[in-house]
Amino acid sequence: MALRTDLNLSDPDGLYEALVSLHEGLSEAESAKLNAKLVLLLANHIGDEAVLREAMQLARKAVAGDR
Amino acid sequence: MSAFAYPHYPFIRPTEMSGGRQRRPVVIAGGGPVGLTAALELAAYGVPALVLEDGDTLSEGSRALCWSKRSLEILDRYGVAGRIQAKGFTWNTGRVFLGDRQLYQFALQPQGDHKHPAFVNLQQYYAELFLVEAVERQPLIELRWQSKVSGVSARNDGVRIEVETPEGDYSIDADYLVAADGARSAVRRSLGLDFAGRVFEDHFLIADVKVNADLPTSDRRFWFHPAFHNGDTALCHKQGDDMWRVDFQLGWDIDVESEKQPEKALPRIRAMLGDHPMEVGWISIYTFQARRLAHMRHDRVLFAGDAAHQVSPFGARGGNSGIQDAENLAWKLAYVIQGAAPERLLDSYDAERGYAADENIRITTRTTNFITPKTPAARAFRDAVLELAADLPFARALVNSGRLSTPTVHANSPLSSDFGGFAGGVPTGAPCPNLPLSSAGSSTRYLLDDLGGSFQWLYFAPPGGGIPETARQALAQADGVKSDTIVLSTADPTLAAAFDATADTCYLLRPDQHVAARWRRFDPAQAGLALNRALARH
Repeated sequence: MALRTDLNLSDPDGLYEALVSLHEGLSEAESAKLNAKLVLLLANHIGDEAVLREAMQLARKAVAGDR
Repeated sequence: MSAFAYPHYPFIRPTEMSGGRQRRPVVIAGGGPVGLTAALELAAYGVPALVLEDGDTLSEGSRALCWSKRSLEILDRYGVAGRIQAKGFTWNTGRVFLGDRQLYQFALQPQGDHKHPAFVNLQQYYAELFLVEAVERQPLIELRWQSKVSGVSARNDGVRIEVETPEGDYSIDADYLVAADGARSAVRRSLGLDFAGRVFEDHFLIADVKVNADLPTSDRRFWFHPAFHNGDTALCHKQGDDMWRVDFQLGWDIDVESEKQPEKALPRIRAMLGDHPMEVGWISIYTFQARRLAHMRHDRVLFAGDAAHQVSPFGARGGNSGIQDAENLAWKLAYVIQGAAPERLLDSYDAERGYAADENIRITTRTTNFITPKTPAARAFRDAVLELAADLPFARALVNSGRLSTPTVHANSPLSSDFGGFAGGVPTGAPCPNLPLSSAGSSTRYLLDDLGGSFQWLYFAPPGGGIPETARQALAQADGVKSDTIVLSTADPTLAAAFDATADTCYLLRPDQHVAARWRRFDPAQAGLALNRALARH
């Protein structure tokens, strides 16, 4: 497993708050675009394709199971 | 309407209509760029070809307009590339816009020392005209106009072809039939072959217009959310005769007939190019599909170009991949017909060009999905990429307005031998780069000027050195097939770097200039093995 799933954040509550407040006052479409930009920026920063694909699969499975 | 005077090619009664019968080694259905290239290639190997063309003139409208470097390298063998370049518009730079803001520009070919540019834009009818004129100079080719293939059947280890003409029908027998008869291939339908695929639910307006004005740039321009058009994308290319090719995404629910009318189309075109005097040459509405035949070889019938596979036009991968099909097929047919290779060499045509078709479908489908997002999530990602691309270089790499045609590297080809040992250079399955030779005299000679038509060994000798006697003997007697040896020097830094070559490095090139095998240090014992494999002899 290349993807870290143990805690890797020094201030989990603070980061969570920051993520949610980023979307304040945005429409659903704007929020979707913001999330997309965030994903793209982070994906490029991480760069490691194995890590990224593992994270994508994990997220998909958590939402849709094996569908 | 058009500045181009379409020639009319008459029907000439063939000998078969007066009782003559002559079995042909190769009949080619279709006199477009793919069929004519196949004929010229075959003739270059000494194989006569009969081309049957349904129409009586050249392509209507510009259609396949971007001729890639590899296509030009192939057509250069017949003097056609120079004519395309002289008449057409050469470009290397593309600009991508979001609204009316330029996001970035890209250069297609950083290696500027190649003989041909990345792309030349020229209307298909000119390219066809030059090909027809090259065919008329080649005595081994017979081109019959107004001759429609109406039926095909297997017969006596060959193919019987039914032909319809204005003066009646006749049939003709051939050892092989090349089906280069386009997207609506009559040969494909006659054999009842499945050609299912994916239809993209979108219409595009396409037009050729002659503009009598200086426009701000001649680069390829691609717009997302153009300010002048209420569709997702638009595209503009310059071509020959001061004609411009414009392309507008219109969406799925439109009235196709009314959109085609000049009074409807011209305001769109003026909004893009400006309110200049202009003359319309051609207007059409197209949709596209991504599909291919499951097999490009059906015994003695070989499919090439749009008859075998179709892709979206973004990336110029239709016509260019068809020309590469023709090149790949011709030498194999010639070697089989002339007894130098077993018939199963033709299976490698399906393996290699089927692989290329899959690659082209995969790449153009990604482009289409970017240009026409299918879901709200896809649209959010697409628009996020575009908005980031203005400021952040990484996002520009994600913008997909078409990945322009480059020659397929036939990885895992059954004809290739991989002996390892290289850190770079030209991989097996790739075409040889067309670099200048430093030993050239007054006019520059390029590597490919001296290559092709037979197997070739490229042997790298150290400065001042030659080819050792043991190596020379191994290359000269490699299994009774004609091959030539070209000695290059490691003292030429451009060549040495391009081929990752040191002294005693050797490449085996096929007649189509693709790499069949390579040795960082040549091993004479393996020369015959590699050559036999490249001919499917075992």
